[in-house]
Amino acid sequence: MILEASLLKEFYRRMLLIRKFEYRVKDLFVEGKIPGFVHLYAGEEAVAVGVCANLRRDDYVTSTHRGHGHCIAKGADVKRMMAELFGKRTGYCKGKGGSMHIADFSVGMLGANGMVGAGLPLATGAGLSIKMRGTDQVAVCFFGDGAVDQGTFHESLNLASLWKLPVIFVCENNSYFESTHISRHLSAKTVADFAAAYRVPSVTVDGNDVVAVHSSVEEAVERARKGQGPMLIECITYRWEGHEEGEPWTTYRTMEEVEEWKKKDPIKRHGGLLLEKRVSTEEEIKRIEEQVDAEIKEAVKFAEESPWPKPEEALEDVFVSPYY
Amino acid sequence: MRKLTFREAVREAIIQEMQRDQTVFMMGEDIQLFYGGGPFAVTKGLVKEFGPERIRDTPISESAFIGAGTAAASTGLRPIVEIMCADFFGVCMDQIYNQAAKMRYMFGGQTKVPLVIRTTIGAGLSASVHHSQCLYSIFAHVPGLKVVVPSTPYDAKGLLITAIRDDDPVMFFEHKVLYSIEGNVPEEPYMIPFGKADIKKEGDDITLVATARMLHVALAAAKKLEEDGISLEVIDPRTIVPLDKQTIVSSVKKTSRIIIVDEDYERCGLASEIAAIVSDEAFDYLDAPVKRIATPNVPIPFSPVLEKYVIPSEEKIIKVAKEIISR
Repeated sequence: MILEASLLKEFYRRMLLIRKFEYRVKDLFVEGKIPGFVHLYAGEEAVAVGVCANLRRDDYVTSTHRGHGHCIAKGADVKRMMAELFGKRTGYCKGKGGSMHIADFSVGMLGANGMVGAGLPLATGAGLSIKMRGTDQVAVCFFGDGAVDQGTFHESLNLASLWKLPVIFVCENNSYFESTHISRHLSAKTVADFAAAYRVPSVTVDGNDVVAVHSSVEEAVERARKGQGPMLIECITYRWEGHEEGEPWTTYRTMEEVEEWKKKDPIKRHGGLLLEKRVSTEEEIKRIEEQVDAEIKEAVKFAEESPWPKPEEALEDVFVSPYY
Repeated sequence: MRKLTFREAVREAIIQEMQRDQTVFMMGEDIQLFYGGGPFAVTKGLVKEFGPERIRDTPISESAFIGAGTAAASTGLRPIVEIMCADFFGVCMDQIYNQAAKMRYMFGGQTKVPLVIRTTIGAGLSASVHHSQCLYSIFAHVPGLKVVVPSTPYDAKGLLITAIRDDDPVMFFEHKVLYSIEGNVPEEPYMIPFGKADIKKEGDDITLVATARMLHVALAAAKKLEEDGISLEVIDPRTIVPLDKQTIVSSVKKTSRIIIVDEDYERCGLASEIAAIVSDEAFDYLDAPVKRIATPNVPIPFSPVLEKYVIPSEEKIIKVAKEIISR
């Protein structure tokens, strides 16, 4: 499958934007500028970007607690994202949600979620809504190997399969939930194994190969748009940083393991591909990097200069019609 | 005016709203065929009129279909999702109180969740521990849900239409024993606003607040107490969230005594909430301590003798009323 040069370059730019956003967030978090908790997507960029490159603006995604990558890949504005992480009024959620509940409904990003597995029923609902309204939109559900432990995974696959809903279930299998390796939390050999039981076609793909991710999802999206029902894509990937920033991840994994996976860096790999196939030049890649750096710098500036919400705003936005 | 049963009133509200608005649809277990349509026959005949897409039978997957209802609501539809009994909420509670209830707030107002969750509550049928609870106070406790508890067919239809047209998540609790009671119900659609209690009987001596089936028990007790010269003012809150504090407090300022009768468990329930409000806002008007009559803190037992013992009754109301009237 020959992809357009512009698309291949956009893969690179978007993955880099996520990578640099995440590492800037890490620094700001350590500096104390970002309250709460952050769960960094560094290392998994190819999954979000490869998947979302197949989607229209009006397609939906549901996300996890590790949602910055999904948000950026779906087309959100990093300024408003950064402001939300800072807790400022100009953030996507007016400071009400923060990192774990970041959302941009205007681009179909239906929200990151603090509850493992909660996005699965929600994506199924978005799929149901699409089918009942009779459009050709699709809904993508991002979830991790940890979520496969939850009942919601099984219920949602069963329901989406039964009702032939246009949902693409994308498992970001990074082999861990928090400190627990998949060999200790999942009895099945692979996540994709479960799909067969629910009569949902599935495929397992190298999550560090953005082109491979893109093409496996392309098929799933086409099927879904035609009303042929759900599919499960298992992306084998790895998170470079801890489950959450600040946790000492050597208690459950070795430096060697992390270094091995860093050698498979999806961004370096794709950059090499661009040069090898002469899609880009070294200068062009450098320019992309500079542009991304500038965009991140602007985002941080925007967040720092934005106002805090007024404290009383804590009482707003519970209901559309409060009746008080 | 013609009479409808509570069940028929609920059904009529659903039919009229589904005819008026194509985005309204129903999901639940057994709502198409069981008992002709729904475990309590509420949705009888609906699949014939609206088809299986809009009257959807679900698998036993509450988490999935409540979550699906939540996201369908935030992407353009207006689902009415049925949970067979309030007792079953444990299996899908996250989707209700962390997802549906919080979506609008946590995303800073980017979305709305016009979802109605209908369910059944209440004891009196020896349905035992897992099929007899009320539990509406748990949902009132968590911010982001509106909580509606009708007691009559008239209230049921008007409140359900309001619930379906409301843009926020509404929990709608139907007492099983009330399904067959009859009452006057207008034919045309009408709305009863949330946050507006109904004084079902005026009186001077004691304010009595009661919900669902307890409302009828309270009215029966009130009739008996009239013969003893004790006049109860019986108030039906109709909605617990939002709660019509003003009507309750005004009544207490008139009577100076209040009893709250709640079929839900006593500890940390609706009765406690109203007691706190009254002692805060009508403190100087009270001549007697605020009294709660609720189910004691035990699961609801099976044997009719045991069940009768725990559920609030006319006798209990009369006893407490006579205790506080002399103060």
